[in-house]
Amino acid sequence: MDFGSKIELLWNSFPQLFDGLLVTVELTVGSAVFAFLLAVALGLAAGAKNLVLRGSARVFIEFFRGTSLLVQLFWFFYVLPLFGFRLESIVCGILALSLNYGAYGAEVVRGAIASVPKPQLEAATALNFGYWQRMRRVIFPQAWAEMIPPLTNLLIQLLKGTALASYILLQDLTFQIEQLRRGSGDTIFAFGVGLVLYFVLGYLLTLLMNALEVRAKSRLGTGPTLREIFGLAPVFDQPVGARS
Amino acid sequence: MHKEAGADGDSLPAASSDGSMIRFDSVVKRFGDHVVLDHLDFTVAPGERVTLIGPSGSGKTTILRLLMTLEKIDDGVVWVKGEPLSHERKGTRLVPASERYLRTMRRSIGMVFQQFNLFPNMNVMENLTEAPVHVLGRSKAEARDRARELLAMVGLSDKETAHPTQLSGGQQQRVAIARALAMDPEILLLDEVTSALDPELVADVLDVLRRIAETTDITMLIVTHEMHFARDVSDRVLMFDRGRIVEEGPPERIFTSPREERTRKFLDAVLAGE
Amino acid sequence: MTVDWSWQRAADALPVLLEGFRITLLATVLGFVVAAVLGLVVAVARRSLPKVLATALSAVVQFIRLTPLVVQLLFVYYLLPQFSALQIGIAVLGIHYSTYMAEVYRAGIDAVPKGQWEACRALSLSPMRTWRAVILPQAVRRVVPALGNYAVSLFKDTPFLFTISVVEMVTAAQQFGARNFQYLEPLTLAGLIFLIASYPTSLLVRRLERRLAY
Repeated sequence: MDFGSKIELLWNSFPQLFDGLLVTVELTVGSAVFAFLLAVALGLAAGAKNLVLRGSARVFIEFFRGTSLLVQLFWFFYVLPLFGFRLESIVCGILALSLNYGAYGAEVVRGAIASVPKPQLEAATALNFGYWQRMRRVIFPQAWAEMIPPLTNLLIQLLKGTALASYILLQDLTFQIEQLRRGSGDTIFAFGVGLVLYFVLGYLLTLLMNALEVRAKSRLGTGPTLREIFGLAPVFDQPVGARS
Repeated sequence: MHKEAGADGDSLPAASSDGSMIRFDSVVKRFGDHVVLDHLDFTVAPGERVTLIGPSGSGKTTILRLLMTLEKIDDGVVWVKGEPLSHERKGTRLVPASERYLRTMRRSIGMVFQQFNLFPNMNVMENLTEAPVHVLGRSKAEARDRARELLAMVGLSDKETAHPTQLSGGQQQRVAIARALAMDPEILLLDEVTSALDPELVADVLDVLRRIAETTDITMLIVTHEMHFARDVSDRVLMFDRGRIVEEGPPERIFTSPREERTRKFLDAVLAGE
Repeated sequence: MTVDWSWQRAADALPVLLEGFRITLLATVLGFVVAAVLGLVVAVARRSLPKVLATALSAVVQFIRLTPLVVQLLFVYYLLPQFSALQIGIAVLGIHYSTYMAEVYRAGIDAVPKGQWEACRALSLSPMRTWRAVILPQAVRRVVPALGNYAVSLFKDTPFLFTISVVEMVTAAQQFGARNFQYLEPLTLAGLIFLIASYPTSLLVRRLERRLAY
């Protein structure tokens, strides 16, 4: 297939590629939202004084971090129906991704909260703030800025994890790349296009998170440089949530 | 920048054969827009002990760093033992020195840093023998013997197998001095070597340096705030301010009856704190 | 809701899973070795190469880091049919993770105090000696915990090799499930084996982190 007809094929497959992209974005954003909510809930629980709360959170976190994403995905897809819950593929996908990355996120949240300087806690207590008030007004806003870089790393991992979705019958971007490959007979072309699309998606997400970080830090009076905002490295920290 | 040759094919201007150990020839060093050294000229004779004093930012440390090739020169030429240091000869011209050239030239210069900079992943003996073995090509046995001599001189013979983290600041600095001397340099640069030490530990280090000054004829270029020490050890004192030499002379004169206003003010401020 | 867990089926599944686990371990260890070595080469190269080459290298590294492992696996698998799936899996896993390792090493190298570099210069140590004897020992020591964490991560990513038909543990579980029309035991066991293998290891890595502080 010569270059001209490849471009034509690309143009024709554009709708499918776009659909695939859409599915991937749906999965990513949907899972990210739930993962974040879960991460906050678990992160707070994991840092709680109450032993039962802390213990259960810890068990949950270690369970979902320790078992593998694919196992979780397959479990929801193949095993859950036996319990009477036949979920749609996309729900399986979002569920597995949210639980897995929520657990990793919980470690990040817990670490960020723990890293807020003790004097802040003491000042809040001295001013008679209750737990929720202290958390909402003093601790979380400061922890939030800390959290964003490692959470960005996790978000990118989540995006990359969505590529497994085609194995539970979802027609995501990876699926469409395979289609394109079969149609064009050219691996490099099809995968080249696909990798670039994923890259652009990842870059946009990174930009978004960096913008969030700027906003969060400006509220605290610190801030990253313009170069860091447009750079692709969302600040190396520690891998997946191992923040201590 | 490069200078054109003199009349004969390969002889460079008189600077190269004036017998000096160190020569700064109209040296300029800038950090961004800030001019730290402003067309600086000075020489140091072999075996001379010169102390550089002056307020921070006056360029004293930069001079040492340029000599140790830790910084690059912006204009002018630095000569060591009649050979260019900041530049290398290419035929009859001088071009900016290459890394390889610098690595050979550097061997005759040693430096002791304010922060000691010992290698924490090696013990004392390894710190002392690393460069002699791998740069000078000495045998391990030879290097060890020399290291033991030097450890004896700095009073730390029993610390051969210790790790830097197990030593006090003063002890680390003495090891650092021994490490620099293990390379048998002809020039020793001392950059505020006691400024990071607790007061009680300063004296031991200064004693070691006095001993070195007395028992060897190594050329020493010292940046320090320790005025008593400077007076004891120096042949000449140079007062710096804003990248230029304000005044120079023998220590007795500089410290007791400085001619320049700026020198006087500086010494008053520093000595008041002693 | 009728779920019956059959211990018999679980017992039947176990040997199959363990056979797959062998492959999982092999892929993990070899993949990690590739990643650790390649990552180190990249980290040193980025600091030593002239600026243009270093930037180009960084761009390639970022591209690999930001794109899915699954897609990369499939890509290389189709592109190089002369290699076995396992070989490709190990290579791609290694290359993918080397991009993370390079960042880890970079942070470690950056954390070595500037004075160490200057002392090496003052003693006229060659670049090779500077790296080998002074900088890398300090840098690597700092980042061993991070490397350990990534090793565990890599282990948990080996199931992705499923996509190029490498029969590691999860593939084995899924195939067993398909053959016997019952996924419950094999998949649950697979998950548990992962948990049993990775949890203690991450605890060990955390302990190591505390012990290695300089």
